[in-house]
Amino acid sequence: MDRINCYHCGDDCGNAAITFDTKNFCCGGCKTVYEIFSTNDLSYYYDLQSAAGTTPKVVENKYDFLGTSAIVQKLTEFSDGNLQIVNLYIPSIHCSSCIWVLENLNKLNLSIISSQVDFPKKTVRISYDSDAISLKELVLLLARIGYEPYISLDDFDNKKKKTDRSLIYKLGVAGFAFGNVMFLSFPEYFDLVTSKSTGGEYWLNQYQDVFRGLMFIFSLPVVFYAGRDYFISAFKGLRSNFLNIDVPIALGILVLFLRSTVEIIFNWGPGFFDSLTGLVFFLLLGKFFQQKTYSFLSFERDYKSYFPVAVTRMLPGGKEESTQVHDLKKGDRILIRNEELIPIDGILISGKARIDYSFVTGESEPVLKQYGEKIYAGGKQLNDAIEIETLKSVSQSYLTQLWSNAVFQEDKSTKFQTLTDSIGKRFTIAVLSVAFAATTFWLFYDSSKALNVFTAVLIIACPCAIALASPFTLGNMLRIFGRKKFYLKNTQTIEQLAQIDTAIFDKTGTITTAQKSTASYQGMTLTLEEEALLKNTLRASNHPLSRTLYNMLAEHDIVTLDEYEEHLGKGVEGRIDGEHIKIGSADFTGYHQDSGALNTSVHINSNDTYKGKYVFHNEYRDGISEVFKAISETLQVAILSGDNEGEKTRLEQLLPKFTPLFFNQKPEDKLDFIKSLQNQGKKVLMVGDGLNDAGALAQSNVGIAISENVNVFSPACDGILDASKFKWLYQYILASKKAIKIVKMSFALSLLYNIIGLYFAVTGQLQPVIAAILMPLSSISIVVFTTVMTNMLGRKLK
Amino acid sequence: MSVIYVLLAISLVVAVIFFMAFIASVKNGQYDDSYTPSVRMLFEDELVEDKPSEERQNKNKTSNK
Repeated sequence: MDRINCYHCGDDCGNAAITFDTKNFCCGGCKTVYEIFSTNDLSYYYDLQSAAGTTPKVVENKYDFLGTSAIVQKLTEFSDGNLQIVNLYIPSIHCSSCIWVLENLNKLNLSIISSQVDFPKKTVRISYDSDAISLKELVLLLARIGYEPYISLDDFDNKKKKTDRSLIYKLGVAGFAFGNVMFLSFPEYFDLVTSKSTGGEYWLNQYQDVFRGLMFIFSLPVVFYAGRDYFISAFKGLRSNFLNIDVPIALGILVLFLRSTVEIIFNWGPGFFDSLTGLVFFLLLGKFFQQKTYSFLSFERDYKSYFPVAVTRMLPGGKEESTQVHDLKKGDRILIRNEELIPIDGILISGKARIDYSFVTGESEPVLKQYGEKIYAGGKQLNDAIEIETLKSVSQSYLTQLWSNAVFQEDKSTKFQTLTDSIGKRFTIAVLSVAFAATTFWLFYDSSKALNVFTAVLIIACPCAIALASPFTLGNMLRIFGRKKFYLKNTQTIEQLAQIDTAIFDKTGTITTAQKSTASYQGMTLTLEEEALLKNTLRASNHPLSRTLYNMLAEHDIVTLDEYEEHLGKGVEGRIDGEHIKIGSADFTGYHQDSGALNTSVHINSNDTYKGKYVFHNEYRDGISEVFKAISETLQVAILSGDNEGEKTRLEQLLPKFTPLFFNQKPEDKLDFIKSLQNQGKKVLMVGDGLNDAGALAQSNVGIAISENVNVFSPACDGILDASKFKWLYQYILASKKAIKIVKMSFALSLLYNIIGLYFAVTGQLQPVIAAILMPLSSISIVVFTTVMTNMLGRKLK
Repeated sequence: MSVIYVLLAISLVVAVIFFMAFIASVKNGQYDDSYTPSVRMLFEDELVEDKPSEERQNKNKTSNK
């Protein structure tokens, strides 16, 4: 049978395709979106890219809080009279069709004035007439066409993030000045011998002063604006007794500028303004290239971007009201609906709580809570609505307190000395000693040239090429990793990754998949009839375990049961043609030798005899054994899990022998574990996924978050790895090591140029034209070398 | 006055005008999103306009693909 794919979202329709307008749809939601588009003349959506859509989710009541004007006020970017502008983050933006339909929202609702998509950031900025359409209606409209915005507490708290464009300005200034100074230097290049001071007559020479004056003027903004950061960084480094690479760079820029200025004032020569502006331009270009940002990802998230903006508060007298999470006080009663997140610690008052804590604690199975039990913030309610009486305020809750740990205030980057900086120290010392040695020699030999030689050495030794090697190699590596769905925060992370000697993994969600779990059957074999009955009984049940088991069992003919009964909290019962089956808990099925198994199991009882049980296991990611085998050859490996020991034996089989396994680890325990390893001098890589790993990720040298869908929440980290690429993790670590080797090779190459330059400088024959050739030549050859090498490395990666 | 001064002045003015244009464009946010405009310019305007009859025909054509 041919697979029928949904016209809207491209998913397999299975057996239950809905046909509408000669097209097939996998569900009613997709069909509705198609209807909305086609009746509003937006079917071009499907021409742009076939099956571009996303299945809309049902979102009743979820956005009720948008009715509160105080919340709307804070979420909107601009609000004046009846015009409101809002910037919404929509994770499902992924193709050109998305851009097209979102920018044509005014076709769907005339009250929407305009909308503009920022594709890399996955945001849409919508201006609308707030008299005719409220923010809530707008969000519901977006949700209905499959573009549900993601609104979290984070949007609510810090509103305007200013984009930093100073680097582009600086690059523009330096490039502008570089180009103009180059042109103005041309007469000097062609007319070296016959300049006015040497008695030449060439007609351009009478304008020499004008040209030199202009070059001087052009170099001013380059030195004092574009190159400012190098002086600041060098000064900061010197103040903390640390010779970073910016010290020789700043020294070079300063000496270039001063010597050139003195030269043109006393009419000794044309100066090195071309080299000066070129140097700053190339350096900034390197910085710009290094600064690859994944604007749709955030590496700085805390619990705030996971928590909702508002919850429903129950007022005395049975009234409901949307309340901002920050306004919740101790003793408030709040209502949590199905699939909603619990933002605050509290006590269950009514309803049946079945809470998924996997993201917070690492427990893989949802937890059942009874009336009066304490419920911690961060869990997701899976059943019907529950009522909770709050015990604390949001910021004092158990989970959120993790963020008051000092780790989150520290800036990791300040602690790490990059390869370039460590080279910079030795380099600066070497250059200064060469400069002084050469000056001393010339003082005795020909003292008129001593100052000339001293400045020439500092100019030519300015480590432009060295400073470019690392940004271009690692910047390109960052892009290559990005294409392989391994997103790193900055180039420094690659250097850190190359030094790792210990790797710590979380279990739930990191080495197990979040989506499915498998079950194995233990006990007496079931007959075919029994299996069919089992399947048909499960079909009627809505319990998540029943659904999982149902999807796993082989296909059987669908038969109507004679009798079906569901016992809440116990199990289900089904009867057909005298055959009777009971599925559920141990007690319910009459199994009494419970060995205290930690894994969730579903027991089967057929015709009043106990048959056996299905034991649920975590499903591990593909190739996990191979990954760990490879990693453990060079690195120390350990597992830190917040879950119980139920999976211990299976993990022991999967992982290399003697891999340390730790269970029941609280978030703080994980953090402390990493800290103690670091105190032993280890460089630790932490791989995790949930909020419970956040502390460990922040503490580790490199924290990598595994994510099934990179657009949804992941805790603060240094890198995000797409779950499908987990098995290549070790390859990526090796690749970073190779990238560092490339950087070292380019250091050697640029030192070669420096030695050639130093020859001219020390012998006192450095002409501006030599500097003007050597400086760009060395920079460009470094850029070419690193780009070619990293691309070769990238091609081998999967 | 030599013609060189005039030429220099003109060339500088032109250079500075372009420089100002660059600064203005950065300030406008043109460099913030360098991807979306490249997709946006490929959208066909006539399909966006309100022409229900044409739209239908178009749709039928493409659905026969």
